[in-house]
Amino acid sequence: MAPKLLKALYPRSGEQDPMTTQAIYLDYAATTPVDSRVAAKMIPYLTERFGNPASRSHAFGWAAEGAVELAREQVAALVNADPKEIVWTSGATESNNLAIKGAARFNSARGKHLITIRTEHKSVLDTCRELEREGFTVTYLDVEASGLIDLDKLAAAIRTDTVLLSVMLVNNEIGVIQDVAAIGALCRSKGVLFHVDAAQAAGKVEINLETTPIDLLSLSAHKIYGPKGIGALYVRRKPRVRLEALIHGGGHERGMRSGTLPTHQIVGMGEAYSIARAGMAAENERIRWLRDRLWAGLSAMDEVYLNGDMDARIPHNLNVSFNYVEGESLLMGIKQLAVSSGSACTSASLEPSYVLRALGRSDELAHSSIRFSIGRFTTEAEVDTTIVLVTEAVAKLRELSPLWEMVREGIDIESIQWASH
Amino acid sequence: MAYSEKVIEHYENPRNVGAFGKEDEDVGTGMVGAPACGDVMRLQIKVSADGIIEDAKFKTYGCGSAIASSSLVTEWVKGKTLAQALEIKNTEIAEELALPPVKIHCSILAEDAIKAAVADYRSKHDSIETEAPICAPVA
Repeated sequence: MAPKLLKALYPRSGEQDPMTTQAIYLDYAATTPVDSRVAAKMIPYLTERFGNPASRSHAFGWAAEGAVELAREQVAALVNADPKEIVWTSGATESNNLAIKGAARFNSARGKHLITIRTEHKSVLDTCRELEREGFTVTYLDVEASGLIDLDKLAAAIRTDTVLLSVMLVNNEIGVIQDVAAIGALCRSKGVLFHVDAAQAAGKVEINLETTPIDLLSLSAHKIYGPKGIGALYVRRKPRVRLEALIHGGGHERGMRSGTLPTHQIVGMGEAYSIARAGMAAENERIRWLRDRLWAGLSAMDEVYLNGDMDARIPHNLNVSFNYVEGESLLMGIKQLAVSSGSACTSASLEPSYVLRALGRSDELAHSSIRFSIGRFTTEAEVDTTIVLVTEAVAKLRELSPLWEMVREGIDIESIQWASH
Repeated sequence: MAYSEKVIEHYENPRNVGAFGKEDEDVGTGMVGAPACGDVMRLQIKVSADGIIEDAKFKTYGCGSAIASSSLVTEWVKGKTLAQALEIKNTEIAEELALPPVKIHCSILAEDAIKAAVADYRSKHDSIETEAPICAPVA
């Protein structure tokens, strides 16, 4: 992150501030800072233009409504949709819940079978689990070693009672891009509704809903320099997709999502999407250059593996396993870097990343993985520092690793029968 | 996750990293854990003729708490008899390093490593079969 920004946030640096020891932010897939241009647009809607967009009887309400509708156009424009197809939510998690539960429940008379993918975000997987408790049946499709879906396997999984398929456009952990155009065409031909979680995709890959047969699409603001707490669900009008609402009270958003609209959040999302649309091509090119530089530096080490397909991948993501080094200990060694690990030790579960395991990665490699995600404010100098820090930490930890020593001595670790604990 | 200062200190300055000759008569080697579980500890002890642990070395693949736990036990076992070393309990390791509940398994692994190293040493010196530790590699 820009040192200037850090300084502005923490003028007395060094005082109990966890961010001063993590000067380099490479976790843009987790969240992004709000772009200052976005924040500037939002502020008036907190103070002067505070009206309720649902107030139809005075200028305060009209001003807020106008801002909300402009933002709706900005969001729709990024994905080439009609603004009327955009429903505001609290974020992509809610959008996924509304899309999947809403469509499944509304169409339950037609069938009670859903299909999703093992590598989906928890907000999709947990929602499907909830529907299973309600009596739906869910098929959790495997992915290939690349992280991508095999269309033939998907076609084989579709049944006569299948009502909905949910697939993410870009995976949050490994950044791979699914071929939603082909998947959508298959769904259309079989009469199956198609939901796409695009939280990690918007502003990074082209999305054209006019030409792509997607029925429902989840969007988030905070992954592309907008505020947290706001998202949207695209609900196709032609052919019309109908949902059962999750939140009732007032009939906002055409009955699909009640609740007073958070005007400032919506304005922020609209501005963030507008900036993303204008700058996407150039930004992707710059980020790809940084990503290639980072990968060239990291892959100079032995026993370093990229997780997920390199070609069908957003340039923002690099998910790397450093074999014979445990991910959490590596994070400790690179405290200056804000990155995330697929190692189990970061959570209470002791299970390594289910996404990496779904690719068929061994537990060892899953435990050794780090996700680097690059964004708008990443600099070349930050990438170069990252390469040095990671290389040093990996070398140090491999010196400490009995596995590395055994490999160096020519012992095949796979041949050892380890007792699990 | 926030680590205690002691865990960070051991992680940054691990004590007694390295290896003794596995086949040496005066060395006992204990390797516990499994790569798939995210931690493998190897503890080696060098025992004098009168049964005192003179030196200890470790190598660990695992999280910071696992590294700190094994580094700590190399310090603790030195100067102890085998029987005294076996009295070191995982709870003492966890307490010393202020390990949070999710990291208690690291201290258990360190205790197991002591048991495994002592058992290996004893197996070289008496023919009496000693009980195999729970987490040792089977072959």
